[in-house]
Amino acid sequence: MNTAIGTIDWIPVAPFIALSVLGFLIMIIGLFFPRIYRETLGTITLVGLAVTFFLILQNWGEPRYAFANTIVGDKFSTVFNGLFVVGAALTILLSLNSQENRYLLYADYFTVIVFATAGMVLMSAGTHLLTIFLGLETLSIALYVLAGFRRENAFSLESAFKYFLLGAFASGFLLYGIALIYGATGSADIQEVTRWIQQNSLTGSLMLPIGFLLLFVGLGFKLAIFPFHMWAPDVYQGAPTPISAFMATGSKAAAFAALLRVALSTQSYTAIAWEQVLWVIAVATMTIGNIIALRQDNIKRMLAYSSIAHAGYILIGFIANNELGHSGMLFYLLSYTFMNIGAFGVISYLSTAEHEFVTLGDVRGLAYRRPFAAIAMAVFMFSLAGIPPTAGFISKFYIFSAAVKAGYVWLVILGVINSMISLYYYLGVVVQMFMSAVEEKAPATATQQPAVALALVVSMFAVLGLGIFPSRWLAVFMEMARSFI
Amino acid sequence: MPLTYYLVLGAILFSLGVLGVLTRRNAIIIFLSIELMLNAVNLTFVALSNHVQNLDGQVFVFFVMIVAAAEVAVGLALIVAIFRLKETVYVDEINLMKW
Amino acid sequence: MEKIIAVLFMFAVSALLALIFFTLNRLLGPRKESVVKSVPFETGRAPITLPTHRMSIKFYMIAILFVLFDVEMIFFYPWAVVFRKLGILGLIEMGIFILVLFLGLVYAWKKGALEWE
Repeated sequence: MNTAIGTIDWIPVAPFIALSVLGFLIMIIGLFFPRIYRETLGTITLVGLAVTFFLILQNWGEPRYAFANTIVGDKFSTVFNGLFVVGAALTILLSLNSQENRYLLYADYFTVIVFATAGMVLMSAGTHLLTIFLGLETLSIALYVLAGFRRENAFSLESAFKYFLLGAFASGFLLYGIALIYGATGSADIQEVTRWIQQNSLTGSLMLPIGFLLLFVGLGFKLAIFPFHMWAPDVYQGAPTPISAFMATGSKAAAFAALLRVALSTQSYTAIAWEQVLWVIAVATMTIGNIIALRQDNIKRMLAYSSIAHAGYILIGFIANNELGHSGMLFYLLSYTFMNIGAFGVISYLSTAEHEFVTLGDVRGLAYRRPFAAIAMAVFMFSLAGIPPTAGFISKFYIFSAAVKAGYVWLVILGVINSMISLYYYLGVVVQMFMSAVEEKAPATATQQPAVALALVVSMFAVLGLGIFPSRWLAVFMEMARSFI
Repeated sequence: MPLTYYLVLGAILFSLGVLGVLTRRNAIIIFLSIELMLNAVNLTFVALSNHVQNLDGQVFVFFVMIVAAAEVAVGLALIVAIFRLKETVYVDEINLMKW
Repeated sequence: MEKIIAVLFMFAVSALLALIFFTLNRLLGPRKESVVKSVPFETGRAPITLPTHRMSIKFYMIAILFVLFDVEMIFFYPWAVVFRKLGILGLIEMGIFILVLFLGLVYAWKKGALEWE
């Protein structure tokens, strides 16, 4: 029990510590220099995230465990953590909007974003159910605060309130699941649980399958998959736009990280033949998301339903349960981060403090008023719809071919039909922007927003780059998937 | 007493909490029901910890309590903010956006 | 099993006792309604205002802070039990834990959550 300081392997925990220190640092700077420029704070945050990114990359390689096997640095956590930090950095850039977010207390806001990222890092690097739970809660509590950051705005508060009630409800299920797994196997360490399952059987004790089921229900809420998707549209619509982007990408990826880590290392998912259940859930998630998105006039709400649908597509990779499927999920999550943050970013780019630029009427004739924003939006919409040569197309291609390889032909057919349905509303936005006449009464929004524009350009390059040269990244993800099994 | 008693009690409390969340309309009561769920889990953890003869379960309880306290702080702050704005804590009246 | 019976017995006895006292109070106590009697008791003086006004939001801030810091204290108990076993590392870890709590306190302080007036 006597652990000397020298014997601790600091590399696996370094990203988490760096993010925690960064969060406190920004908080203290904000406390003692309340008049500091938010651009300065944003730059400090971005530098801190860059340092964290460097520390994350040090973990690529063989698994290194630390703190009594509760946290690990391996290829899996490296890839996911890198994704989270990139997502957080883009969110920070979007938040440096000179118009929309005048009301945000920047130091507090950045602090909470950084802490949320720290929670995500714990979720993907945790190898003990306790660490995963703590990561999830750190992330969730931070997101409740962020969703309600516009305290005087009824929509924002309502969004935070709903997210909070359902999130806390879901974490109750997650915890009960963990308790039952612990009771059945005598440990909450994922490796110990795996060992127990290998020696005994998964269905020997009734507690264990029920425990996994409840755990996945808890994560399902975070993923916003059917039938736990009801909160997503309201929350994404009401939250500040950069935060909606952050929730739809980072928090979803973190929940997928925890799901993959638990399900793959214990192989709990193949053993109980949940493929059928997941099959139905994936199809229902895609279909409901896409069908309801067709009817939306509010672009933020439409993107929320589309994010539900995308969670369904990503689940197909999980169901396929082969190397290509898992690496395809990673590829999908990475491209989704860029295209979704980009799409929300365009809304943020165009919005002013008085007028949130969210309805289809707002974007009418945008191509003639704000060509840059319109082109960016078109790229992200094409990518979300899965049109080549964008990242969205390649990710769907990988996931679907993985499913075909695993023999789920019908699932792929339904997925393709769903993609075609989604074309309608994604392209609807593009049509509104390029084909419709300019409305004179549309608000003039010609402000310079270099930070948001930078985020948009980065996302556009990433979406096109991943779409045109995907093989290098796929190789990295394949290596990760291989290392994991 | 056998383990089953504790597990059944935990399950009953948990179900009561779930029922409370699903049926009650007052945000504070819903919140209390969520706390009931968490404490049912705590009871389960302690009972199982005794059953499997290690202390991990009890450590879990500490962390659950801490997390619950943090959730209380954020949750009550949100409820107060909502009440200031809308003069109500009934969830069916908090419906600018449809559920 | 005997222990449970003992506990149940104790429950029954205490419930019965409470019931008896309430009933006796009902039966034996004099009941004379008067205006003075129905006034809320407030340190023996005539009430100045109605007790229905809103609670100040300050109480709420202090209560939230109290709940947070109070509950964090539970980590000290297991730590204190194994303090000698943990050695210097345990001391450092608890120092970091307290530092984090302290930063939280500084934040609350600077934001004015502790100001009463």
